[in-house]
Amino acid sequence: MASKITEQQVKHVAELAKLEFPEDELGKFTTQLGNIIDMFEDLTQVDTDNVEPMTSATDRVNVMREDKAVKSSKEETDALLKNAPDTDDGYIRVPAIIDESEDGE
Amino acid sequence: MDFYQTDLSQLHADLVNKKISATELTKETFDHIEANDDQVKAFLTMNKEAALKKAAEVDAAGIQDDQLTAGVPLAVKDNILTKGLRTTAASKILENFNPVYDATVIEKLNANNFINVGKTNLDEFAMGSSTENSAFFTTHNPWDLTRVPGGSSGGSAAAVAAGDVLGALGTDTGGSIRMPASFNGVVGMKPTYGRVSRWGIIAFGSSFDQVGWLTRTVKDNALLTAMISGNDPHDMTSSVKEVPDWAAQLNDDTNVKGLRIAVPKEYFEGINDDVHDVIKAALDHLESLGAIVDEVSLPHTKYGVPAYYILASSEASSNLQRYDGIRYGFRAKDVKNIEDVYVRSRTEGFGEEVKRRIMLGTFSLSAGFYDAYFNKAAKVRRLMAQDFDNVFKDHDVIVGATGATPAFKIGAEIDDPQTMYMNDVLTVPVNMAGLPAMSVPAGFSAKNGMPVGLQIIGKAFDEQTVYNTGYVFEQTTDVHKKAPKLGGQN
Amino acid sequence: MNFQTTIGLEVHVELKTKSKIYSPSPVEYGDKPNTNTNVIDWGYPGVLPTLNKGVVRDGIMAGLALHAQIAHHMHFDRKNYFYPDNPKAYQITQSETPIAHDGWIEIEVNGKKKKIGIEEMHIEEDAGKNTHTSKYSYVDLNRQGTPLIEIVSKPDIASPDEAVAYLEALRQRIQFTGISDVKMEEGSMRVDTNISIRPIGSDKFGTKTEMKNINSFNYVRKALAFEEKRHQNVLLSGGTIAQETRRYDEPTGTTVAMRTKEGSDDYRYFPEPDIPDLNVSDDWINEIKSEMPEMPGERRQHYVKDLGLTDYDAMVLTQTKEMSDFFEAAVKDGGDPKRVANYLMNDVNSYLNDNHVDLPDTKLTPANLAGMVKLIDDGTISSKMAKKVFKGILNGEEPNAYAKEHGLVQLSDPAQLQPIVDDVLANNAQSIEDYKNGKDRAVGYLMGQIMKQTRGKANPQVVTKLLKKSLDAQ
Repeated sequence: MASKITEQQVKHVAELAKLEFPEDELGKFTTQLGNIIDMFEDLTQVDTDNVEPMTSATDRVNVMREDKAVKSSKEETDALLKNAPDTDDGYIRVPAIIDESEDGE
Repeated sequence: MDFYQTDLSQLHADLVNKKISATELTKETFDHIEANDDQVKAFLTMNKEAALKKAAEVDAAGIQDDQLTAGVPLAVKDNILTKGLRTTAASKILENFNPVYDATVIEKLNANNFINVGKTNLDEFAMGSSTENSAFFTTHNPWDLTRVPGGSSGGSAAAVAAGDVLGALGTDTGGSIRMPASFNGVVGMKPTYGRVSRWGIIAFGSSFDQVGWLTRTVKDNALLTAMISGNDPHDMTSSVKEVPDWAAQLNDDTNVKGLRIAVPKEYFEGINDDVHDVIKAALDHLESLGAIVDEVSLPHTKYGVPAYYILASSEASSNLQRYDGIRYGFRAKDVKNIEDVYVRSRTEGFGEEVKRRIMLGTFSLSAGFYDAYFNKAAKVRRLMAQDFDNVFKDHDVIVGATGATPAFKIGAEIDDPQTMYMNDVLTVPVNMAGLPAMSVPAGFSAKNGMPVGLQIIGKAFDEQTVYNTGYVFEQTTDVHKKAPKLGGQN
Repeated sequence: MNFQTTIGLEVHVELKTKSKIYSPSPVEYGDKPNTNTNVIDWGYPGVLPTLNKGVVRDGIMAGLALHAQIAHHMHFDRKNYFYPDNPKAYQITQSETPIAHDGWIEIEVNGKKKKIGIEEMHIEEDAGKNTHTSKYSYVDLNRQGTPLIEIVSKPDIASPDEAVAYLEALRQRIQFTGISDVKMEEGSMRVDTNISIRPIGSDKFGTKTEMKNINSFNYVRKALAFEEKRHQNVLLSGGTIAQETRRYDEPTGTTVAMRTKEGSDDYRYFPEPDIPDLNVSDDWINEIKSEMPEMPGERRQHYVKDLGLTDYDAMVLTQTKEMSDFFEAAVKDGGDPKRVANYLMNDVNSYLNDNHVDLPDTKLTPANLAGMVKLIDDGTISSKMAKKVFKGILNGEEPNAYAKEHGLVQLSDPAQLQPIVDDVLANNAQSIEDYKNGKDRAVGYLMGQIMKQTRGKANPQVVTKLLKKSLDAQ
C-alpha cells in the first residue's frame, strides 16, 4: 500500500467528512496527514494473524431495555426546538435539499 | 479558604459543624478564582450567580452528614453536559450551546448538593495534550505560566493546582486526565472503562472515553470517584459491578508490603532524564516500603500511539458528524443549500486539530482502507490488552511515568501534530485495554522544577489497589504538599 | 438473443413496538412534528442508545417466520452518511452479523411452486422525514428511530410476477406474526429493487440497476417489467447498462435515472461501540417460537379439516391476519363456521371494498357477527331481517337488542299466527277454491297476504306449515 496520501484522496475524504480545505493549504495539510499515516504504517510490523479485532472495552453483554414508551413533555420538545438554528411550525428548517440520493434510507 | 491546607473530609466536617457556611466558602472560592484566573485561564464559563444561589439553598436546608459534597465548590470540564449552563467542548461549533439535560455524573453530584463553580477549558472536543486546541484560549500552567497545563483536561488540572477547587471533573480518552495531572502536580484518576456513566459526556472515542476526577489528594479522589461511579441504565456499556468504598481502606494501616509492582521496560524508553530520575526515585521509595519491583515487558507499547490514533479518530469522525448545523449549535451564515449548511458550518465551526482527526478517522474507515487501518489497529488493540493480562497474572499493579516529559512551553509543539501525539505513548495503552490508572505527583524535574507524575495502572475494576499504592506513596512523601507560587496568591 | 432476468428485493418492514429501537420515545404516527422525540432522537451531544428488547424479539420472530437461521452472536454497526433526517449522521444497523440469515419462502406463479431464498435480515433504525418546498426542507424526527427489519432476498427471483408473488407471500407471513402492519400505502412496508439480465446460459450476472421506495405491488410489477424491457432493448441495440439508481415515474409508467452524487455511497461501516454484543440463547429462540401465531398454511388446514370449509374459503379467509383472526374469534363465540365465513367473504368484504376501509377500522366485532348468525340459525330473524341487523352490527350494535328494538323479530308462535291464517282464509274464498283445484300458486298468494298482515315478520316455515294444515282441513 502506498503510504503517502495524495491531494486527490484528501479531497475525497474531505467530501465524505463534509469539510473543505482551501487550495493553498491543501498541500501542507496533505503532507501533515501523510506523515501521520506513515506512522500508522508501523502497524504492518505487527503479526495479527488469527487475532480478533477488539472494538470495545466494556465488560457487558446482552444489555437490553424493556419495550416501554416514554413521551417527552411539551416543555422538553420545545426546549429542543428552541436550540435549533431555524424552525417553522414545529419543524426543523433547512435550505432546500437538492441531492435526492439518500432518500428513503 | 486555602485548599492546600485542607481536604474534602475536613471541609465537610467544617461545613457540618458550621465553622464555615457554604455561602462563605463559595464566595471565597470565587474571590480566589477571580484573583488568579486572569493568568491561569482555567475556566471557560463561570457559574457564579447559580453557585451562590445553590450555596444559600444548601445553607438554608442544612448540610447532611451523609452528603460529602454538599456545599463544596467543584469544577466541571466543559465537555460534560450541565443543564442550562453553556457547554462548549471548547469548540466554536457549540459556542452558544445550552444543554437541555444533565450528564449522569452531574445528576449524581447534584443529588449530593455540590456547588458547580464553572466549566473548565480543554482542547476542543478533548482532542489534544495541551489545551492549545481550545477554540477560545489556552490555559496556563500554574507552576510556570509560560508552559502548557497538558490536556485535554488542562483547565480542570490547572484549577486544582491553582487552589481554585479541591476537585474538578475531567475525561480521559487517551490520557486526558492523567497527563494534565502529571503536568500540574495533582492527582488524576481514570477509572476502569464502564465504571462511570458516559451519558451526557460529549463523545470523542466512545470505546475509550471515561470520566474521572482531578484532585489534590488520593483520598479525595477515591471519595469523589465513588460518588459518580456505578451502573446507569442510560449507558449500556456501564458496568453493573458493585462500587467499593475505596476511601475506607485508605488509612494508617495501608501499606505496600509485598505489593507486586511491574515496571515495563518500554515505559522507560525515550523518556526525558529528569522524568526518569524522578520515577526511578519513586520506585526505589516504594521498594523501600516493602513493595516487590519487577521489570516486565509490554511488547506492543510502541504501537499504542498509531493504533490509538486510528481507532479513536475513527470513532470521533463518526461521533462528530452530528455537528452539522441543523438541530443545534453553529450554522454558517448565508448558506444557499443543504450542502452549504454541512460543509461551511463544519469547516468554520471546527478547529484545525479536530478537522485533522476527523480526516484521519474518515480515511481509516473509508472503502479500501478499513482493513489496513481500522481493523488492523483493532487487532493490535487486542494484543495490547493481552500484554496487560499477561503481566497482571503475577503482578498487582504496573507503575511508570505518566508523561515522557514535564509540561512543555506553550507553542513548542502545536505545529507538529506527530510529536504532540507521541506525548501520549505512556497513557494510551491503558485506554486501549480499558484499565484504571492514576497519576500521582512523584516529584519535580531537576531541570526546571516542573511536576512529574507517577502512573499507577491496575487490573480492570481494581481501582482499590491503584488507590492504595498512590495513597501510600503520597502519605510517605511531601510532594503533594508543595503548591505553585502564583502571582503571590499562595 | 434470449435473456434471463435476475431480481433482488430489499424489503424494509416497520415494527409495531411501543418504543423506538434505541430510545424510549413512542412509536406513533400522525402526531405533530417532533413531538415523539427526545434528546436521543435528535442526536444530541452526549446521548447514548439503549437497545429495545422487543425489537430483538420481533427480529427473531420474523426470522423464524421466514425459515431463517437466527444468529447466536451479533453486534451492531454504524453506517455513516449525512442527511437532514439522519440526526447522528450515522444509522445504527447490522452489517457484519445480521440477526437472521439463509431463510426462504414459497411462492406460486401460474400454478408453479418455487422457493425464494432470503440472504439475510437485520434490525436497524428508520430515519426521520423531510418535506420539501423549492426553497426549504422541513425535518420531522418523529419517525427517527422507529424499528425496521430489512429483509434481503437471494437472486432467485426471475420475473416481475415472481417478485410480486414473493412480496405478497412475505407480507402475509410477516403480518401473521403480528409484529408489523406491513402496509405499503402507510410506509410500514417499503420495497427497493434491483434487476439485471444476462443471455440465457451465461453464468455472469449482468449490470444491475436499482429502484428505491416503490410504493405499491402493482408499481413494483410495472417498474420491473419496464426495466426488464429497457435492459433488453439497450443490450440488443449494442448498448451497455449503466449501474445506477432509477426512479419509477408513475404518471408515465417509465423509469428515470436519479441524480446521485458520485462516491457518496462510502458508508464507512464499523462496529457500534455504544452497544455491547448480544448472545441469543436457544432457550430464548424456543420461547419466541412458542409465542409465534399460526401461519396461514396451518390455519387453512385447520379450517378445512376441522371446520368443514372449502379450500377456496380457507384461502380467502387467510389473506390477511385481521380477517383470519376475526373469523376464528366469531367461530369461538359460537357462530356457525360456514355461515360466518360466507358473511365475511360476501357482505363484510363488499362493505370494506365499497367504503375503502380495513376490518379493524369498522365497529364490527366477532361477537356481534356470531350473535347475528345464531339469530338466523335459531329462526329468531329471517335472512331478510338479517340484512337490516347487519347494518346495525356494522355500527357496533348488539344484534339481539338491535333486532328487538327495531321489531326485527320473526313471529314464530303458532298460537299468535293461527288467528291471522284463519282471518286471511276467511277473506279469500277464491284462493281456497284454486288450491283445491290444484293451483299451487294460491299458497304463494295466501302467504303474501299473511306476510302483509304481519308486516313481514311471520316466520315463513311456521306459516307454511299452519297454512297447509288449515287448507287441507277446509
